[in-house]
Amino acid sequence: MEETSAVRRLDRLGVVLVAGGIAATALMPFIYVKANRIAAGKPMLLTQLFPQPSVIILTALLLHTAFATLFLRNALARLAIATLCLAALIAAIGLVSTAATPPGSTVARMTPGGGFWVLFAVIGLIISDALVKIRLAPWMRVAVLAAYTALLFLSLSSGLLDSLSIMKEFSTRAPQFRTEAISHLLLALGSLAIAIVLGLPLGILCFWVPKLRAVVLQGLSLIQTIPSLALFGLLMLPLGYLATHVPLAADIGVRGIGTAPSLIALVLYSLLPIVANTVVGLQGVDPSVRDAAAGMGLTRRQILTGIDMPLAFPVILTGIRIVLVQAIGMVTIAALIGGGGFGIFIFQGLGQTAMDLVLLGAVPTVFFAFSSAVILDAVIDSIRGSAA
Amino acid sequence: MTMIEIRNVTKRYGAATVVDKVSMCVEKGSITVIVGTSGSGKSTLMRMINRLVPITEGEIFVGGQNVIDVPVTELRRKIGYAIQGHGLFPHRTVAQNIATVPQLLDWDSVRIAKRVEELLGLFNLDPATFADKYPHQLSGGQQQRVGVARALAAEPELLLMDEPFGALDPVIRGKAQDDLLAIQKQFGTTVILVTHDMDEAFHLGNHIAVMSQGKLLQCSTPEKILTEPADPFVQQLTGTSDRALKLMSLLPLKESMEPAKSGLAYALPQSLSLRDALAEMIWQGVDEAAVQDGEKAPVGSISMSRLLELGRKA
Repeated sequence: MEETSAVRRLDRLGVVLVAGGIAATALMPFIYVKANRIAAGKPMLLTQLFPQPSVIILTALLLHTAFATLFLRNALARLAIATLCLAALIAAIGLVSTAATPPGSTVARMTPGGGFWVLFAVIGLIISDALVKIRLAPWMRVAVLAAYTALLFLSLSSGLLDSLSIMKEFSTRAPQFRTEAISHLLLALGSLAIAIVLGLPLGILCFWVPKLRAVVLQGLSLIQTIPSLALFGLLMLPLGYLATHVPLAADIGVRGIGTAPSLIALVLYSLLPIVANTVVGLQGVDPSVRDAAAGMGLTRRQILTGIDMPLAFPVILTGIRIVLVQAIGMVTIAALIGGGGFGIFIFQGLGQTAMDLVLLGAVPTVFFAFSSAVILDAVIDSIRGSAA
Repeated sequence: MTMIEIRNVTKRYGAATVVDKVSMCVEKGSITVIVGTSGSGKSTLMRMINRLVPITEGEIFVGGQNVIDVPVTELRRKIGYAIQGHGLFPHRTVAQNIATVPQLLDWDSVRIAKRVEELLGLFNLDPATFADKYPHQLSGGQQQRVGVARALAAEPELLLMDEPFGALDPVIRGKAQDDLLAIQKQFGTTVILVTHDMDEAFHLGNHIAVMSQGKLLQCSTPEKILTEPADPFVQQLTGTSDRALKLMSLLPLKESMEPAKSGLAYALPQSLSLRDALAEMIWQGVDEAAVQDGEKAPVGSISMSRLLELGRKA
């Protein structure tokens, strides 16, 4: 037994991650140096960037992280070294960009390459794996998310990354970025709120009336199968008709394009997870509990609010989590029909073949979706933890 | 005094008649056990008393009042209700579970706390340990006791129990049955209990109501059910192989003993049933034994031949 414990087994996920990281570093460009935003650009491997000090430090930390991932059992130590490595990676891409930018040039663009993104993802996965192994309490996970977000904003506001292409795109669009960020969040959270207000009662009704259940759930599933792009398009016609023929509708802002069809489409997609999870959650309540409650003289309303809803709540919250993450992603498509949001940058970037602009829309969208998933998972776990 | 009067009650679901023109009375302060096979309509009959099942035809009176005339939540809050698998609220503590009906009745918090503590003590659950636990942290027997405590929380005069001990293992079930008898004696609560277990019916019931296919076949004392079965089905349900022993288990030794005699080497307590006395005398190998009261003073005697005579069909 002593021999087997002395020869430590390699962590399988670690091997895959380290191999991926090495391959990406060796084969994929760390950065593209472009003369302007739509030029093809000159790919540079990380190894070609020696002997810049930041690259040397980054390489040293990458080696340490790889070693820690493969051989270190202590998750806390792995978390620390990987976090340090992540910081070095972000600093390095900023410093390398600054170094590569010709002095005084405003048109040159430094775009992170595949090597950077793979390293970023690999280190991110090493960090999240370490966090999972540490088994943090739900609220601690939110605190960790806040800490990493603070780290990100610190490096963004320090000016360290200002030479990076995505930041150059940002600097020329800062006011618009803020507007689109707000409208993106408003669309996602607004459609979620409307879907909850409509979906909860509908779910309860479906639970009480089994005949209604089949019809409603099948109808909502059907909506879910319509491609989002098509649904946005389908809504333009009736809403446009409504706006031109019913003055009141136009007055409250209903138009064929813009917020109204975006919101309606998002709500339609959001209804199925909420209604279905409400039904499943209520079905999961032990019938004998409901029978005892009725037998003791609780009114129907008291059973619903005091027994059924609290017991079904964790399942309903799982539905809300699905909806929020889905909506944050789907809002990007709403930009096509004038709904606003980060999708604006994505579609503008696609139209101009400016990938940096696409990233300016995609990166914050992924960040919002990821953050909301972590936060809602923590809420769900803390509710389950206190009930079980 | 009559606590419950059931008059010609029928329950139909579409074409199926689940309870068929049942009439019976329940005396105040007694335990009535409704027994029958599954699908006999016994649970349905009981659930019509607190209107969990709407009555199709007929009338039920509780304390002289037609249940239809009482608002349904008010009716149910006055009647204790305990079911198989306890039905405790998993998201509420033991104390909160027990406080359910008193809270619905707007008792003040001091009175509720006092009552919860009293009931936990009564069911041998230390309030300091158990009041703040959640149901899933309790054993099956403890959950069942909390379920009955909750049903008794608002001091109901009537307690309905639907197979309350069905989920317990035999040892804990016997203990739970004895607890119920002790608490029923203390509060004088009228109890209606539904079961499919004939032994449980004989053990607990002052009266036994036998149901089959929606019909009430017989409602009588356990002795009458045994000695004068109204129907072949009743006889089959009580079993024929150990009728004598079942009958003797219902008869107390105290009422059948002969005058005290001197010179008897072996003594039995007078609290035994004839069946237990017989079993004890067979085991000890004695033909005659003295009978003692609680203070071990001789109050009578019993002989084997007298016992065998008492077990004979009347």
